[in-house]
Amino acid sequence: MSGERVLMCGNEALAEAAIRAGCDAYFGYPITPQNEVAAYMSKRMPEEGRVFVQSESELAAISMVFGASAVGKRAMTSSSSPGISLMQEGISYLAGAELPAVVVNVMRGGPGLGNIAPSQSDYFQATRGGGHGDYRTIVFGPSTVQELVDYMALAFDLADQYQMTVLVLADGILGQMMEPIVFEKRPGRELPPKDWALTGANGREQRIVRSLWLAEGKLEEQNRKLQAKYEQICRNEVICEEYKLEDAEVVIVAYGVAARIARSAVNRARDEGMPVGLIRPITLWPFPTEQISKAADEFRLFLTVEMSAGQMVEDVKLAVAGKAPVLLHGRCGGGVPSVDEILDIIKELSLSGKR
Amino acid sequence: MQTVFKRTPTLKDCPTHYCPGCGHGIAHRLVAEAIDELGIRQRTIGIAPVGCAVLLYDYIDVDCIEVAHGRAPAVATGMKRTSPDKIIFSYQGDGDLASIGAAEILHAGHRGERLTVIFVNNAVYGMTGGQMAPTTMLNQVTATSPKGRTAAEQGYPLQVSEIMALLPGVIYVERTALDGATGVRKTKKAIKHAFELQIEGAPGLALVEVLSPCPTYWRMSPAKAMEWIKTEMAKVFPLGRLKG
Repeated sequence: MSGERVLMCGNEALAEAAIRAGCDAYFGYPITPQNEVAAYMSKRMPEEGRVFVQSESELAAISMVFGASAVGKRAMTSSSSPGISLMQEGISYLAGAELPAVVVNVMRGGPGLGNIAPSQSDYFQATRGGGHGDYRTIVFGPSTVQELVDYMALAFDLADQYQMTVLVLADGILGQMMEPIVFEKRPGRELPPKDWALTGANGREQRIVRSLWLAEGKLEEQNRKLQAKYEQICRNEVICEEYKLEDAEVVIVAYGVAARIARSAVNRARDEGMPVGLIRPITLWPFPTEQISKAADEFRLFLTVEMSAGQMVEDVKLAVAGKAPVLLHGRCGGGVPSVDEILDIIKELSLSGKR
Repeated sequence: MQTVFKRTPTLKDCPTHYCPGCGHGIAHRLVAEAIDELGIRQRTIGIAPVGCAVLLYDYIDVDCIEVAHGRAPAVATGMKRTSPDKIIFSYQGDGDLASIGAAEILHAGHRGERLTVIFVNNAVYGMTGGQMAPTTMLNQVTATSPKGRTAAEQGYPLQVSEIMALLPGVIYVERTALDGATGVRKTKKAIKHAFELQIEGAPGLALVEVLSPCPTYWRMSPAKAMEWIKTEMAKVFPLGRLKG
């Protein structure tokens, strides 16, 4: 099916994309709404002569990823919000040990068991590291099944390039929704050799994968090294889309599925003569701070639309840095904003002439 | 002069951080000797636990990884499934394996992962200051059982090897004790066999439980601690081959 259009749901499409990106091993534990990933992998990975293991828990799944990654293989897991919370232990260890991994979170409503409706309420957890310690993960927030497919390959490349976890943040809608997609073979990045992988000390010195640094100053040094890497990522890896920003008075900032709805609202607003544009972060970390900061010099008002009680809005405010008002339209607990809701807010803003 | 004993190459020539009379030093040597005698140093990967043996890699000269508390059997699964030609062993204490990692060891055994597990049982949490472990003996005084463990309050000592031996995916379970020269020799034999099974590709997990002295947190002399293994621990944790 390479190059031709196929109809697939997001969960299966991302699984196929991971296989095509050279994923050697998938480990996972059942949780809705991402069960199609493991089901697909359980069939396809053995066909490719690769590894599929259903783990006893999410703690174990991420630890299996840790092990497979340490021996130099491309490994991934997927889960949904409560399961991703359990994986934070392993994600912190991956950060400490500087091991590559790809983790997909098909977000659902929380906190607690929450519900199985789509949500974006794991934004804080995803973009702030999530577990203990000073670390980050690269976070993608795709908004279509095609993007989900396209960014899987980049996720594996970035994980290997920077030796860290790349998180793909989808939601229940994206995971379940079927869309026509094309699996395109794109050239991958040139990657450094895995000269840290545990392959047996054959004709070389022992290698150690560790995150414990007890000697005085050593852990701070290791943390500085991580931070330098993160700064490099902030400079080089930001991806964001700007849509109809010309002469916009109101700029909506939204990602993932919420951005699709926001895009429709922008189109309708434009049809009705209201100058509205959209900034869509595709990498949520690194966040497009510069792009939004620049926009804040030109445009008068920002409206963040997200499926949470207001999480990304904090990054938008940090980027805008007081140069313009930043409003929030957040739906939470599985609520999904409608185009009409967003249009109503825009209309009210235009009428009131807020600045 | 005739050399009757020498350090095996895979055991590094350095002092350890272990307390006087601790069993880890002996257990490390036995693992290193088994690796050298079987000629597998170049393809062996060791997994260090969280606990006193977290610095395993400072003493055993093979590729090593340090993992989250209790997760060694899951990490080992990720390694062995993707690199079946490598010899993977985990080295875990009783807090690590029998408490926080109970699910991971049970399910690695349940799945029949082809791994070698060295389970060092010294009936306390050593690194954190001698707290009660699942394997702590009844009446044993620890930092968190100051009046001694009672069955009513804290339950009975957990017999992990007996549980593991019930699983079809576990092919070999033996409990030995570092309580003297004979015990050390038996332990060496058991550890070596647990590696041999993996080398042969035997279909399942091999586990050796090693009863090991912790004079510091048992508040005993090293000699008394070895005696205590014989007279007390071995009653609750019977020695011998449980399976395979």
